[in-house]
Parts: sequence; structure tokens; C-alpha cells
Amino acid sequence: MAANVVTPETGMSAKDRARAFLIDRHHLRWPEALPWLLAVAAYFLFPDRMTFGTQSLIMVLFALSLDLILGYAGIVTLGHAAFFGIGAYTVALLASRYGWGEPITALFASAAISGFVGFASGWLLLRYRGLTLLVLTLSTTIMLQEIGNLFPSVTGGYDGIPGLQISPLFGVFQYDLYSHTNYIYCLCVLFVLFFVVRRIVYSPFGAALAGIRENVARMHAVGSPVHARLVAVYTIAAAIAGIAGALFAQTNAYVTLGVFDFDNSAGVMVMLILGGAGRLYGAFAGAIIYMVLQDYLAKMSPEFWQFGIGALLVFTVMFARTGLFGIVENIGRRFGKRAMP
Amino acid sequence: MSPTANIVVSILFDGLAYAMFLFIVSVGLSVTMGLMGFVNLAHGAFAMAGGYIVLSATRGWGVPFFISLAIAFVVIGAVSIVFERLLYSRLYKATELDQVLLTIGLAFMAIATFTYIYGPTPQSIHLPDYLSGQIDVGFRTFPVYRALLIAIGAVLIALLWYGFERTNLGAKIRAAVDNRRMAQSIGINVDRLFTLTFAVGSGLAAIGGGLSIPLLGLTPSFAVIYLVFFLLVVAVGGLGSFKGTLVAAIVLGIFDTGGKYLYADAGGFFIYAVAVLILLVKPAGLYGRE
Repeated sequence: MAANVVTPETGMSAKDRARAFLIDRHHLRWPEALPWLLAVAAYFLFPDRMTFGTQSLIMVLFALSLDLILGYAGIVTLGHAAFFGIGAYTVALLASRYGWGEPITALFASAAISGFVGFASGWLLLRYRGLTLLVLTLSTTIMLQEIGNLFPSVTGGYDGIPGLQISPLFGVFQYDLYSHTNYIYCLCVLFVLFFVVRRIVYSPFGAALAGIRENVARMHAVGSPVHARLVAVYTIAAAIAGIAGALFAQTNAYVTLGVFDFDNSAGVMVMLILGGAGRLYGAFAGAIIYMVLQDYLAKMSPEFWQFGIGALLVFTVMFARTGLFGIVENIGRRFGKRAMP
Repeated sequence: MSPTANIVVSILFDGLAYAMFLFIVSVGLSVTMGLMGFVNLAHGAFAMAGGYIVLSATRGWGVPFFISLAIAFVVIGAVSIVFERLLYSRLYKATELDQVLLTIGLAFMAIATFTYIYGPTPQSIHLPDYLSGQIDVGFRTFPVYRALLIAIGAVLIALLWYGFERTNLGAKIRAAVDNRRMAQSIGINVDRLFTLTFAVGSGLAAIGGGLSIPLLGLTPSFAVIYLVFFLLVVAVGGLGSFKGTLVAAIVLGIFDTGGKYLYADAGGFFIYAVAVLILLVKPAGLYGRE
């Protein structure tokens, strides 16, 4: 991909070429406007499905945060729901115990606390790999759930915290029954964070992450601070997942310990894989496909949905390893077109 | 007997019974992971499926409990060979993520299928009279079924230990776990060895699933809920280590039971805390190779 984008002029040093490559990647391309246009169009086309739309946007954000660590840095975790849950409970506890219902500052609080937990657990856990890392991330998440269950007076136990009082946005915009305000709110948050993530993955830091994913021994050999980089991206991803969880708690006005379930960690991974990991827009496509399928199949019967998602996963792994965008790319390549961004 | 001693004996006894269940299910997972490095998150689904076979056999067709366990072993062992040849074998060289995704997908499909057939409510099994009472050993009584579980566990441990340590086949498996390439280059057919151990391991998981019904009840989500414990046992014991799996199962089984006896509220917390602490100190597990 690198070689056919940059055409090195004669006499350019390696450093200049690298700089030209990195700068070129930052340029916005026209197709990148498409998902945002669709998201805005959905607001006008399906005014009565905005609750569903809001939840889908939150899942896009959650999947995007996982993409940073799984798709770009190659960390396989089964405990990403931990940060989503911490963000959700930060909002819930602030609102229910301290009467702090202001949504925007609560987002920052959630990001800070999730990010801190991400930093601490990442610093401790990211020196392990393989089965050990899987088991450690999985166990940490379940331990958080068990701790929540230990203090039902604070967390409401498995019944959760219902009826959160969230103040109007900027003190002006009230929440309506059909989630119109929530949809715009979540879309704006997603838009801002998406470009933060885009900036990160196209930076030299992002290139170092890809290096760690592709060949960690070589990154050690060239003197890259592997552990520090992994902890940094894990912290950022945890903070973003925390914001997704915070939005989830705010828009639903309740939260239960179910946010820490294995199904939540697995679900977000499935979304990302369906769209294509390690691609910025993979999280969009995957989360939307997942949510729409869930909407249709789960209405028929929950078993159909679970069977369908399992079958889809098996199919993806066996035949479409690069996700939806990978398929599009392969078709494009067959017809001699240039790959999508 | 003093009350304290009584509680300690209860914890050790129940913990050991639970450990036997953990060991029977996990040992196959440990050996197959050690052999191929394959992360099999569908292992719990094989145990769950075995449990439902035992349930159907005893309740529906009136087959005796022990024979239905044998049926579960054979059926799940055979079915697992089909899965191994069709799906797993294509992903031996794939990334850990691919293996995780494939097997999560299979586990979801299994849970959905069994929920469709048996419903999501917990099922229980009616044990014959000679298994359901208490056994009197003089100073106190013990539940017969747990005693039986410990006995079955002991017999299986002895059999597996013999097979693993004293037979030609066991030596080949240990060689392949130690160094797969070397084993292959001296003519051991590691693929066939893997298929065989995978089938036996899945069959054992099915027996474990059947044995666990009187203790834990059975729901389709068993496949995911208890998978975590099996993974803990394998990781704490060390991949591919028979001794490690046994020690880890006993340690975690007794800690989990003890935690639930002494601090009912903190419930499941202890098993994770103990496992995480052990893994932080010994990332490759108690008997794993660094």
C-alpha cells in the first residue's frame, strides 16, 4: 500500500519519503464523507428509529476503540467490556449518588477513570501474551463484575441503577422520547473521537503500533519502546471505550452489571471482525451490520440471532478473513481499481 | 468433631469433588492447546453438549447413568473429530485471533442450538437411589454423589497418567508437546496424534459435563460460563502439562469452594483472584515452560 501511494522523487532521503508517506495518509479522501452523510441522512429518513440509531452509534464508537488495540496494535483481549462498564458506572454513580447529571463533564470523568484503569491494567497485563493474556483480561472483567455485585448498596447489584437523572445538553437541549437529541449528541461525540483516532493511527505512533502487530521482535530490535507504546494505546482505547459506556448509560438512563458480561466483550469483537479490523471504517460497517442483524433476527427468536452471529463468525474466519471492507477491496483489485483508504 | 474441623473437612471434600470435575473437563483442553497451541473456546460447548446427551439418555430413554456417560464420551468424541477435520485443522497455522473467533462462533451456535431444543431453563437429573444418599464413615457423613465423583476422578487420573507416562502413545504426545518440529522430523504423525487427543479430550469434557449436572444443573450457557474456569485451570497449570492441570484444578477447586463457604457474598471472586495472582507471578503457569 505504501509504495504505490508515494512516488519517491529521485534524491529524496528515507526520512523525507517517510514524512511524505505519513503526510499523504492524513489527507482526507472523498469516500470518507460517505458514512457521515449516511448517518445524517438516517436522522431525516428514519425519525422513529432514532433509539436504535443511537445505540448503533455507541457500538460504532466502542468497536472503534477496540480497533485501536486489536486491529492496529494486535492485542487480543477478551475483556474490553471492562472499560465500557467502568465508563457506564462512572456516569451512573455520579448521577445517582452525587447528583452530577451534566453529560459533557461526565464524559470527561468517564474517560479519565476508564483511561486510568486502562493504564494500570495495561501496564500490568500487557507484558503477557497468548492464552495468559486472554485469561487475565477475561478474569479482570469478571472480577469487576463480582466487585460490583459485592456492593449492591452502591451499584444496585445485578438489578443495576435505574432512572438516572441526566441534565439537558449544555443546559438547553431536552431529551425527547424518540432519542432525537441523543442521536445528534452521540453522532457529534463519535465524529470528534473518530478524528482523534484517525490522527493517532496515521501518526508515526500509529505506524509503530502496526510494526508491533506485524513483527514485535523486529520492533524490539530497532529500539522501539514496545511496552510503553502498547500501554499508551491501551490507555487511549480504554478511555474511548469508557466514553462509549458513558453514552450508553446516559442515553438509556440506566445501567446494569450486564455491561461486564463476556457477551459484551465478544460482541464488540464480532462487530469489528465483521467490518474488518485494522481499518478505520471497519468499525462503522461491522457495528451497523451487527446491530441491524440483531434487530431483525432477535425479533424472530433470540436463538436465531445467536446462531446467526455464530455462523457469521465461522464464515468470516474461514472465507472472509479481512471483513467486509476486505471483500470490497479484493473485488476492487480484481477489476484493477485502486484500493480503498 | 469441632465445628471448625468440620467446615475444613467439608471444604476439602466438596472442593476436591469440584476439582475432579474441573480436571476431567480441562485436561483435554490443556493437552490439545499444548500440542497445537490452538485456543479452543468451544471446549465448554463440548462439555455442555455431553451434559445434554446424558440428560436425554437417562431421562428420555431410561439408560443407566454410567452407561449414558459412556455414550456421551463416544458421541462427543466422534463429533469432535468431524469438527477438527473440517474446521480446526485449517487454522493450526492461523493467528490466535482467528482461532478465538472461530471457536467463539462455534460456541454461540452450540448454545443457540441447545437453547432451541431444550430451552434456556436449568435442567436437573434424577439420580438413582444408590447415588443420592449420604455415606456414613463413622465420624461424619458425606454425600454419596460427591464421593463417587472423587472416585471417578481418581480412576480417570490413574488411567490418564498411565496412558500419558507409560505408553508409547503418551510418549509421542509428550514429545510433540515438548517440540513439535523435532517430533515430526523423527516420524511422529503429529496431525493424527492431535486428532486423537482432541477426540479423547472432547469426550472427557462430555463426561465432565454429564457428571456436573447433579452439582451445578445444566443450561446451554454452561458452554461460556464454565469455559472461563477451564481456561483458568489450563493457564494456571501450564499448557500441555498433565500434572499442572491436576494441581491447578485442585487449588482452584478448593479455593473456589472455600471462598463460597466462608464468604457467600464474595462468591466467585476468589477463584479469579487466586488465578490472576498465580499468573502474574508465573505467566506460563505452574508447570508450563517459559
